[in-house]
Amino acid sequence: MLHTLAVLVENHPGVLIKVAGLFARRAYNIESLTVCQTEDPEVSRMTIVVAGDDQVIEQVRNQLSKLVVVHSVVDLTEKSVVDRELALVRIPINSETRSEVFQTVDVFRGRVVDMGRSNITVELTGDIDKIDAFVHALRPYGLLELVRTGKIAIMRSEA
Amino acid sequence: MSEEKKGLSGAKLLLDALREEGVDIIFGYPGGVLLPLYDAMLDSPIRHVLGRHEQGVVFAADGYARVSGKVGVCLATSGPGATNLVTGITNAYSDSIPLVVLTGQVPTSSLGSDSFQEVDIIGITMPITKHSYIVKDPRDLPRVVKEAFFLARTGRPGPVVIDLPKDVLAQENVEPFPSDMKLKGYKIFGRGNNSKIEEVAQALSEARKPVLYAGGGVVTANAEEVLRQFAERANLPVVTTLMGIGSLPYGHPNLLGMVGMHGTVTANYTVDDCDLLIAVGVRFDDRVTSGLGHRFATKAKVIHMDIDPVEISKVVKTHMRIVGDARKILEELLEVLPGHSLPDLSEWWGQIRNWQKDNPLGCDLDSLTPQLVVKTLGELAGGEAVIATDVGQHQMWVAQFYPIAHMRNYATSCGLGVMGYGLPAAVGAQLARPQDNVFLITGDGSLQMSIQELGTVAQNKLPIKIILLNNGVLGMVRQMQKMFYDGRYNHIQLEGNPDFVKVAEAYGIRGIHVNSVDQVRGAIEEAVNSSGPILLDFKISPDENVLPLVPPGKVITEMIVR
Repeated sequence: MLHTLAVLVENHPGVLIKVAGLFARRAYNIESLTVCQTEDPEVSRMTIVVAGDDQVIEQVRNQLSKLVVVHSVVDLTEKSVVDRELALVRIPINSETRSEVFQTVDVFRGRVVDMGRSNITVELTGDIDKIDAFVHALRPYGLLELVRTGKIAIMRSEA
Repeated sequence: MSEEKKGLSGAKLLLDALREEGVDIIFGYPGGVLLPLYDAMLDSPIRHVLGRHEQGVVFAADGYARVSGKVGVCLATSGPGATNLVTGITNAYSDSIPLVVLTGQVPTSSLGSDSFQEVDIIGITMPITKHSYIVKDPRDLPRVVKEAFFLARTGRPGPVVIDLPKDVLAQENVEPFPSDMKLKGYKIFGRGNNSKIEEVAQALSEARKPVLYAGGGVVTANAEEVLRQFAERANLPVVTTLMGIGSLPYGHPNLLGMVGMHGTVTANYTVDDCDLLIAVGVRFDDRVTSGLGHRFATKAKVIHMDIDPVEISKVVKTHMRIVGDARKILEELLEVLPGHSLPDLSEWWGQIRNWQKDNPLGCDLDSLTPQLVVKTLGELAGGEAVIATDVGQHQMWVAQFYPIAHMRNYATSCGLGVMGYGLPAAVGAQLARPQDNVFLITGDGSLQMSIQELGTVAQNKLPIKIILLNNGVLGMVRQMQKMFYDGRYNHIQLEGNPDFVKVAEAYGIRGIHVNSVDQVRGAIEEAVNSSGPILLDFKISPDENVLPLVPPGKVITEMIVR
């Protein structure tokens, strides 16, 4: 099963390779990984989506916690969270497909951010399922390029 | 920052910081980028011991750390100096030995330009260090050194690398930053957990066939004494890993010997049959479990106590966990024990004594066998001597037959199994314990991987006694080719072997050939009483096997015993 881990790490060069190296060495599978600065400029937050049974996930958590550069590891999977992913998708259009593609983009509340003679670029945010569904709906038109950020997540505040 | 610290060079700041950590000896090998440091060292009280190969200096620091319980420090130059340390750092990481490893580096302005003797040692050592630093600002030196020693020795110990660019060492008039540690992400699990301690005592009182399984964590925590008290009070049978040898003195009635691949029959039967396995400071290594965690101690409730939560349930499913320092946990356990009724284990002990009677560790003492040599040395040098070994058959014979009395009297490469470890480790051990008799027990294959360190022995007049079990072959590999590859021997013959006595003599070290059984005792007596270094070259048969043996893929009760 997929788990989403929120990992607070030191904002230093070399920290990413430590974390990525750990995953590679111990043969854990990263589904997605996002890194960025937090409200504290000395701390970065990694959102790591990783697949594994309970025992594997416990090992991943413990191994991550053991790194000196890791401040904390929280498994958000069972928690109430808001999660989002951003996708940029370039889709070919022609006079036949144009209106259908625009309709689809509308249904998913996507935003057209760039337009060429024969293609459009759409920005879409949402949870993973929504992005997956959007990609699935557009695939018949031919995807020229697809860029996804990977998931970021934050815990819901209490009430 | 104190006044006199102002205006020091990077190199001097580094040496001062090492002094603050109580460092009195560095094992090192100089090189170009370290010139500022070697220059500053002339005015430092820290002793420097020159090895003959960088691998030797890191093994020496490791041997020093194992027998002293202190952090070992080694130093090598950039590039090849640093890469030559890699095996030694890995060895320390595998066995959780506290080391601070100092490497020279090209000047910061040249970093990343593939300059002469430049290598990214931080990148190379990332998977084999507890943590690492490259110091790009000399003002950070006091903090980095303080953190490195703290990390190396606390929690689950391990090696920490500090990479030192030449300009950082050379810079003059450095006004250092405060040395306060910044280790927000570092967690130490120091204490046990009181409610769980009660549960352990409860499980113990309900057990009929308990066994205590002790490993390197007992050594790290200096828990020898409390482990003995606990084992005696609860009348527990004790098995150890290779790392845990000495946690009960050899010959102690509760000690059943080593468990696992070359363990005693009794130890393996006991673990297999037990209903409660209390594991302290161990990691269920595949040399113990045959890599078959799901078939290990299957009838038992498993209680795992370790300072590293990662190890718990990694290999064997654990029913109860206590994360913390082995000594503190055992002390707390000992405290609550009087509140619990302890079970009558006479039936269990009866079973164990029968196993012992039926399955003694066999050996031939009437001819010049390695077992005879190890046993005679044990008799004459005793458990108080410090023993370093290399890796191979001789290492297992020592583990089976040498009467180690204390954990800190023993330096051997366990998790990584590095040939060539022994001689430099003996150098480190002798320097850590100048008053004690230090013996290296080695083989002709292993010794030749570090034979150049005889120069270090000679230069420092170290009275190390070398017991060479010379069979002219790579014995462990030969044994496995014999048993598992139908005796199709390949590349195990060391035909170009030198006369080791002459090699020793070339270094000014006394050597004696021992070619017959009646010379064994006399030669060992000479070694034990020798005030200087000596090498005894025992000519043994290549046909000796290490037994018992659990073949690959078999569970620990499926041993070959003869």
